[in-house]
Amino acid sequence: MKILVKQSKYTFTSNLQMLIMVAPAVIILFIFNYIPMAGIIIAFKDFRANLGFIKSPWVGFKNFEFFFKSQDAWRITRNTIGYNAAFIILGLIISIAFALMLNEIKSKKTLKFYQTVFFFPYFLSWVVVGYALYAFLNMEHGVLNTVLRWFGLEGKSWYTNYKYWPGILISVNLWKTIGYFSVIYYAGLMGIDKQLFEAARIDGANKLQIIMKISIPMISPLIVLLVILQIGRIFYADFGLFYYLPRNIGILYGATDVIDTYVFRALRVTGNIGMASAANFYQSIMGFCLVLVSNLIVKKINNDYALF
Amino acid sequence: MIENRRTQIIQNSIIHLIFIIFSLICIIPLVVIASISFSNEGNLNTYGYTLIPKVFTISAYKFVFGNPGQIISAYWISIARTVVGTFLSLFVISLLAFPMSRSDFKFRKSLSFYVFFTMLFNGGLVPWYILITKYLDMKNTFFVLFAPFLVIPWFVLLLRSFFKQIPMSLYESAKIDGASEYTVYYRILLPLAKPALATVGLFICLNYWNDWWLPLLYIDVDRLVPLPAMLSRMMSNITYLTTQTTNTFMTIDVSNLPKESARMAMCLLAAGPMLFIFPFFQKYFVRGLTAGSLKG
Repeated sequence: MKILVKQSKYTFTSNLQMLIMVAPAVIILFIFNYIPMAGIIIAFKDFRANLGFIKSPWVGFKNFEFFFKSQDAWRITRNTIGYNAAFIILGLIISIAFALMLNEIKSKKTLKFYQTVFFFPYFLSWVVVGYALYAFLNMEHGVLNTVLRWFGLEGKSWYTNYKYWPGILISVNLWKTIGYFSVIYYAGLMGIDKQLFEAARIDGANKLQIIMKISIPMISPLIVLLVILQIGRIFYADFGLFYYLPRNIGILYGATDVIDTYVFRALRVTGNIGMASAANFYQSIMGFCLVLVSNLIVKKINNDYALF
Repeated sequence: MIENRRTQIIQNSIIHLIFIIFSLICIIPLVVIASISFSNEGNLNTYGYTLIPKVFTISAYKFVFGNPGQIISAYWISIARTVVGTFLSLFVISLLAFPMSRSDFKFRKSLSFYVFFTMLFNGGLVPWYILITKYLDMKNTFFVLFAPFLVIPWFVLLLRSFFKQIPMSLYESAKIDGASEYTVYYRILLPLAKPALATVGLFICLNYWNDWWLPLLYIDVDRLVPLPAMLSRMMSNITYLTTQTTNTFMTIDVSNLPKESARMAMCLLAAGPMLFIFPFFQKYFVRGLTAGSLKG
């Protein structure tokens, strides 16, 4: 009896101590993450800086009316989802192909060399990447135009023509993220039991069959997990990519403006808080719905793969 | 058998060919930046940007460091926010992840949900911005350069999955000897989890060093601008100048503006430290990535 009392008292103090330990992080999350969640209802208000958040008058759906009636809504939605879909699909194909090829390399040193180099772009800030791209695409001195001139072609004015930009943005994003994803998938491949491959080889399976019947199915939980995480964020664009690469040039907005850059501009540059908050609300809610839906679909297919 | 061997060799050569080409694509942009930064302005204007400087000169670096004030202060701010931010963040999230990794912690499930939920749903930029500028009044403070990124859920979950690998029995034996949870955290967990802390710390460090988002939003004064944000300001200045000089049809041509090589030198100075240290810690990075992608 005495031991029992002591035991429960002991778990009580221990739990209390642990609660105290988590307190700072819980408070920080509350301030920077949970309060803004409640703050999305600002989209239904006519926010005025001098009145503050609480006292600003309600305006119902007026901000949304303005936002959706403007052509911007369609453009930024199309760009955000279109680019992200391209990143997900192409990124998946290329990084799995890379992982499978890495898996074929036997020499440890070569392997490490490739991994290190592929990781390189991942460590660069988008600002720096923006500068590097500029060195390539600059009209007069850019590397790309110099190369074009070698072949007797006319140099192109990359920063004034938006039709080039979908290609540029997709390639640069792939360039930056392929190393990251292929290393993750490669680690997944490394985790597969080697005996499976042995057995298949003895049974006379060729390489393609081994890849399709063993390698890919074995890492599919990982693939599904990463793809859901990406789909859940399909309404969120990588701000740096779309802001620093096209250098915020207005003439390119048709191909480069995404929800994030739009909200940023409305908030910081044009000061149109109504539009900004409407787009912001739209993004948060749609993003959340997509996470729930994609998780639900995965749950239907295979319960084990679901996130929650 | 011989046939088989030949296809094997061909196949391997194709793989290496693809990888070597991709490796070059990964490295060349940085080589170009470096080359421009070591070129002189006149040559850049006549020959364009090249992979190897026509004339090797460090005048751009002399210019950057000869004009101290701005760049030195930007370096200091970058270093200060990275160091302060990384240590504070590691401290706070390890304190959070430790109980989350413990099966005897009563609020483990609800706490995990509390952390995880912020990954699924967030309020977005507008309320966050208004909160920080209007209500917390953190605009143009050093504090705002690290505080909002102190607890990043992804890093918490990563750390928790590392902590889970430490056997509970170690904690229990200490507690039988009368140790409090704080002592267990400090005396047992921290020393044992050093590799995990190094891994996550590296991610946090990279995150702070490369970040331009917080300064872009919240810093207007020169003395608090870190390196990437300074680069970002220089970039918008170029755009600003070109839109001023050509009013009707915009062509981006900065050839007449001086100091292109100085800009690239700053770029290299900003990217340099991370690129220099990361090959040494690559093992940790890969471990962090793979641990993070596993469920649980």
